[in-house]
Amino acid sequence: MKYVDEFRDAALGRLLAGEILNAVEPGRHVKIMEVCGGHTHSIYKYGVDDLLPENVELVHGPGCPVCVIPMGRVDDGIAIAQEPGVILTCFGDMMRVPGSDGTLLEAKARGADVRMVYSPLDALRIAKANPDREVVFFAIGFETTAPSTALTLKRAKAEGVANFSCFCNHVTIVPPLRALLDSPDLRFVGPGHVCTVVGARPLEFICEDYNKPVVVSGFEPVDILQSVLMILRQLGEGRSEVENQYKRVVPYEGNLRALEVMAEVFALRPHFEWRGLGFISHSGLKLSDAYSDLDAELRFAVPGVRVADPKACQCGEVLKGVIKPFECKVFGSACTPERPIGTCMVSSEGACAAYYNYGRFARERVVV
Amino acid sequence: MNGTAAREARVLDIIETQRGKRPKFRDEAITMAHGAGGKATGALIEGLLLPAFASPALDVLADAGMVDVAGAATALTTDSFVVKPIRFPGGSIGELAVNGTVNDLAMAGARPLALTLSLILEEGLPAEMLRAEVEAIAAAARAAAVAIVAGDTKVVERGHADMMYICTTGLGHIDPRAALAPTALRPGDRLIVSGPIGAHGTAIMLARGEFELDATIVSDTRSLWPAVDALLEQAGAGLRCLRDATRGGVASVLNELARASGVAMLVQEAAVPVDPAVAGAAELLGIDPMHVANEGVLVAAVAPEWADAALAALRAVGEDGAFARAADIGEVRTSPTGMVLVETGFGGRRVMDQLVGDPLPRIC
Repeated sequence: MKYVDEFRDAALGRLLAGEILNAVEPGRHVKIMEVCGGHTHSIYKYGVDDLLPENVELVHGPGCPVCVIPMGRVDDGIAIAQEPGVILTCFGDMMRVPGSDGTLLEAKARGADVRMVYSPLDALRIAKANPDREVVFFAIGFETTAPSTALTLKRAKAEGVANFSCFCNHVTIVPPLRALLDSPDLRFVGPGHVCTVVGARPLEFICEDYNKPVVVSGFEPVDILQSVLMILRQLGEGRSEVENQYKRVVPYEGNLRALEVMAEVFALRPHFEWRGLGFISHSGLKLSDAYSDLDAELRFAVPGVRVADPKACQCGEVLKGVIKPFECKVFGSACTPERPIGTCMVSSEGACAAYYNYGRFARERVVV
Repeated sequence: MNGTAAREARVLDIIETQRGKRPKFRDEAITMAHGAGGKATGALIEGLLLPAFASPALDVLADAGMVDVAGAATALTTDSFVVKPIRFPGGSIGELAVNGTVNDLAMAGARPLALTLSLILEEGLPAEMLRAEVEAIAAAARAAAVAIVAGDTKVVERGHADMMYICTTGLGHIDPRAALAPTALRPGDRLIVSGPIGAHGTAIMLARGEFELDATIVSDTRSLWPAVDALLEQAGAGLRCLRDATRGGVASVLNELARASGVAMLVQEAAVPVDPAVAGAAELLGIDPMHVANEGVLVAAVAPEWADAALAALRAVGEDGAFARAADIGEVRTSPTGMVLVETGFGGRRVMDQLVGDPLPRIC
C-alpha cells in the first residue's frame, strides 16, 4: 500500500534505531508516554519496543477512548438499550466493556437490540430505516471522533430525524494530560489524531508550564521511532518544544472547520468521570443547548449512578503509567481479554489488551 | 534480571500455565462471540461439549472424526452454514455447504466420498433463490466428485430463520499415504499456506454493504481435495497436519496446532501472501488478515526436508493456478510452548493470539 508501506520499512526502522542508540544518554533512563491508544496498538503490533534500548521505556497513556469510560456510563448505556423500542448503536469494542451488571454484548443476548456500527452516520442510517424505533448512538472518543459525531447530529437535525439521539461520552485530551504532568520524569509523544483536529498549539503548555518536550507523532512504526528520536534529541540539547513529526497530516493550527462544528454541537460538562482517574473538570462534552433535543440523556431515564471501579482493578494506575500492565494484581489471571475486569483489557488500544495479545513474551534488549 | 523483569517473567509464566489448561464454559448465555471461532468458541467446545461426549475420536479435535467401518479407516464430519448474505462475490451458501464439508474431510487426509444434505428454509423464501442454491450445491458436488446420498428438508415460520440454513455431513476414505494429527508437529517443521489469505471473510463483509468500500474481492471458496491429493502424492511422508483456515483465520489454526503439539511457532509476516485489495480493506477496518476467514486456504505443517516438495506440489495443482502463490510462512520451534510469535515486517516480534470474539458474525 503506497503511503503506508514507506512508514513500515524495516531498513528505515533499523536506521532510526541506530540513531536512537547514539542519541540516548548512556546510563540515563528515559520514560516516554505515548498518550494515544493508537500509538500503543502500533507499538505492540509492529514490535517497536524491540528496536529500542532498554533504558528508553515506552509508557502507555490514557488516550484509549474505550478505556476511560467508567462503569456507571456503561450501565447507563445498557439502561437505554433496554428501553422498549430502542436500538442502541455503538463501536464494536464498546460492546465488551463490563458495567456493574455485564456488558452490552450480554444485554444483547438477553434481548436488547444492540448493533455495532463503524461510524455515527451508520447509526443515523439505521434510524432512517427504522422510523418506528428510537435509535441511540453511544458516542465515545476524544477530539478525533467528536467531529464525526457532531456532523452526524447536524445532519440529523437538518433532516429532521426525530427518532435519533446521542448518548454523549466524548472527552477532551488536555485536562487528563495536565493531571499526568506532575509525574516528574515523563516525556510525551503527542496524540497525532487528536492534533489533526485541535492542532499542536494546545500542547504548548507542556513546554511552557512544565518545561518538557513533546512531539506530535504519526501512527506507523517509523513515525513512532522518529518521534522518540526527536524527543531524545530535545533532551540532549536541553530544548523543550512542541515539535510536529506528523506534518503530513497535522496542521499546527488544527482543523478549524471541525473545531467550529464541535463548538456548535457540544458544550463542556463541568465534570466528567474518567475510569480510574476520577472526576476531571471540564474534560467531557455534552450536547449544547441548541442540540439538547437530540440528547439521549434527556430523552431517556438514565440512572446516572456512579459505580466504583472493582477493587482489584488497577486500570487507573495503568492509564497514568504508574504501573505496567503486568504489574496489576489481576493482570492475566482474573482479568483477561476473554473476561475483562478493567477497560484496559478490552480495546485493542488498551495497554493491557495490547500487552496481553501482542507483547506476552520475554524480550531481550540492548542496554545503553 | 532485575526485579521488574523477574516479576514480568513470573506473570507471563502464570498466564501460559492458565492458557494451557482446558478452558471452562462459564457464560450465562450464548453470545455471538461463541460462534466466532475464537476463544469463546474454544471454551464452548472444550468446556461443555467435549466433557459431555468424551470419546477418543472427538478428543483430538480434528476437522473430521475417525471411525473404523468394517476395517476401513473412515472419516466423518458435519458442518452447518448460516452465512449472510446467502449469495456473495465468488460463491453462495450452497457452494460453501459442499466445499466446507469436503474440506473438513480433506484436512483429515480423507478422500471425500458422500454427503448428506439438510435444508432449513424460511417461510416465504423465493423458489427461484432456492433453485439457484440447489443448482450451486449440485455443481459443487460434481466438481468435488462427491455424491449427495441422503437429505432432509424443514420449513420454519417467517422470521425464525434467515432465508435458509444448510447442514451437510460428509463421509470420506482415509488415504494411507499420510498419518496426520494436530499433535504431530515437531520443532523444525515448516508452516505452509496454500494461497493468499483473508479473501472470503473480506468478500462477505463487503457484500453486506455495511462499508462503502469500492473493491471487488471474491470469496476463495473451493474444494481443497485436489491440493491435498497433490500434497499426499508428492510429500505424504513429510506431512504432519493439515487444517483449513476458516473462522478465526490462519491465526486460530496456528494457535490450535501449537497448543495441541506443545510447540511454538515463528511466522514471518512478510512471507504471508495477502492480496492488496484484502490488505487495504483489512487496514481500513483495523482487522489483521491473519484473523479473517478463508474457505479455500489450507495450512500445512511439513517436515523440513519435505517443505520444498510440498510447496512445488501445491503450486502445480490445477489449471487455474489456484495454489500458485502457496508460501512457506514460518517454522515450528521449541519455546515459548503453545505460543505463536510473528516477526513483523518492521523487524519487531509479537505474539499472534486467537481473537476473543469476531467482529464479523455469520460468515459461513
